[in-house]
Amino acid sequence: MNAKELKKYFPILDQEVNGHPLVYLDSAATSQKPVQVIEALNDYYRHSNSNVHRGVHTLGNRATDLYEGARDKVRKFINAASTKEIIFLRGTTTALNLVAQSYGRANVKESDEIVITTMEHHSNIIPWQQLAKATGATLKYIPLQEDGTISLEDVRNTVTPNTKIVSVMMVSNVLGTINPIEEITKIAHENGAVMVVDGAQAAPHLAIDVQKLNCDFFAFSGHKMCGPTGIGALYGKQDLLEEMEPVEFGGEMIDFVGLYESTWKDLPWKFEGGTPIIAGAVGLGAAIDFLSEIGLDNIEQHEHKLASYAMDTLSDIPGIVIFGPQRGKERASVVTFNLDDVHPHDVATVLDAEGIAVRAGHHCAQPLMKWCQVSATARASFYLYNTEEDIDRLAASLLKTKEYFSDVF
Amino acid sequence: MSFNNLDQLYRQVIMDHYKNPRNKGAIEDGSVTVDMNNPTCGDRIHLTMKVEDGVVTDAKFDGEGCSISMASASMMTQAIKGKDIEHAMKLSHVFSEMMLGNDYPDNLDLDDIEALQGVAKFPARIKCATLSWKAMEKGLQSEK
Repeated sequence: MNAKELKKYFPILDQEVNGHPLVYLDSAATSQKPVQVIEALNDYYRHSNSNVHRGVHTLGNRATDLYEGARDKVRKFINAASTKEIIFLRGTTTALNLVAQSYGRANVKESDEIVITTMEHHSNIIPWQQLAKATGATLKYIPLQEDGTISLEDVRNTVTPNTKIVSVMMVSNVLGTINPIEEITKIAHENGAVMVVDGAQAAPHLAIDVQKLNCDFFAFSGHKMCGPTGIGALYGKQDLLEEMEPVEFGGEMIDFVGLYESTWKDLPWKFEGGTPIIAGAVGLGAAIDFLSEIGLDNIEQHEHKLASYAMDTLSDIPGIVIFGPQRGKERASVVTFNLDDVHPHDVATVLDAEGIAVRAGHHCAQPLMKWCQVSATARASFYLYNTEEDIDRLAASLLKTKEYFSDVF
Repeated sequence: MSFNNLDQLYRQVIMDHYKNPRNKGAIEDGSVTVDMNNPTCGDRIHLTMKVEDGVVTDAKFDGEGCSISMASASMMTQAIKGKDIEHAMKLSHVFSEMMLGNDYPDNLDLDDIEALQGVAKFPARIKCATLSWKAMEKGLQSEK
């Protein structure tokens, strides 16, 4: 694949910021959107907008077909067995909360354990903290190795027959670590626990096969994979979802409503209370078409090269500290770093003056920042539209940042 | 090395306060203690102030953050020391107008604080500059 050619599909990238051509290195926060997605949203609102699953009228049918068609695209994208296993939700956070609130409340008791890791994003920590508080269960953390990876031995030592839920991110939004989900799932299952995967940073970048992973739940967000904000999906194994109660009640999710009792629709609609995120799903469907046409394997290969190039280039900058797996080690295309004593906010402000967008702060992973022994870091993250030239621009500007702050200090 | 627009933000006096913070530390018997953080970026400040007969007789800060937040805290403690609560609140009001890019009354002696004017042109950094001032306001509010 040719990233330079692909860049042309992203109109937002064709602009100057502070007098320099924009270099967008914040895709781990949210990705940019190709014209295909922008046009799909536009087209939906211009020609098909209507509520779904009710009207007899033509637009209602068209909107329903588009919405359910998008569900099948998601199913294929992650290789789920059935569309009944795909629930459209606002994003990864909502999806993980649904699992904690529904599956968790019904299956976790006081003597049980919930296991996560120290590298998790807040959205895969707090739902479990709350569940542990509500049930009296124990929340346990799989520790990190010095290089920011987790060892299967530590997983085996942390997960016990009392563990009911193991929830782990597939790719770290800070360290760039790629976790061995298939193996962790095996250990979870051997102990009788369900395996939940936070796929927010994985789905945009790696080919996902939920049947091969054999995980029980897989959550991801559309906006990090070229889709619109406000749409994401939860995959769950059908037998588990069948047993689970909805957490949101109201229109759209009901079968029969009486004065004092009601029944729910079948899967997946019983979890989609209220008018669904129709346009969002249509946009996500267009994003999946776009990514699939390029090929997730090609995207993965491109980003692998970018990550290696970034690690080689940035590791040579004097005074830089890079967190997570070091040069030469397997990692995703996100590089989190600090530069000398310059605070990451100051780094990000200087880079912005050079037209380069990076993230600075704690990246919604405060426990991980504590583990890194810093209060904040800067992060550059790459996607299919980034090139080696973008990384050269970043490296050159970091050298200027160093020089600038050594001058003013 | 120079970035023209950045020089408006990173003025020499700001860098001086960042490198050599005034009133760094904590007052052991401080009558007012405020802890505040900026949840979006991880900046945090621990502010202690001694207030006697309505006058801030001492102020010290500790914390972590970028050059703008730490320099602002240093300047803030310097500006309120020896001033009465009303005066400190007025300064805080003037500072917040300055951050919004609004005109502000010029009858107060702002001294080093004026160097922070440039922050108004960097919207993402305004929260860094105002953290210590918000902490001070919160602390003195309870003393009024």
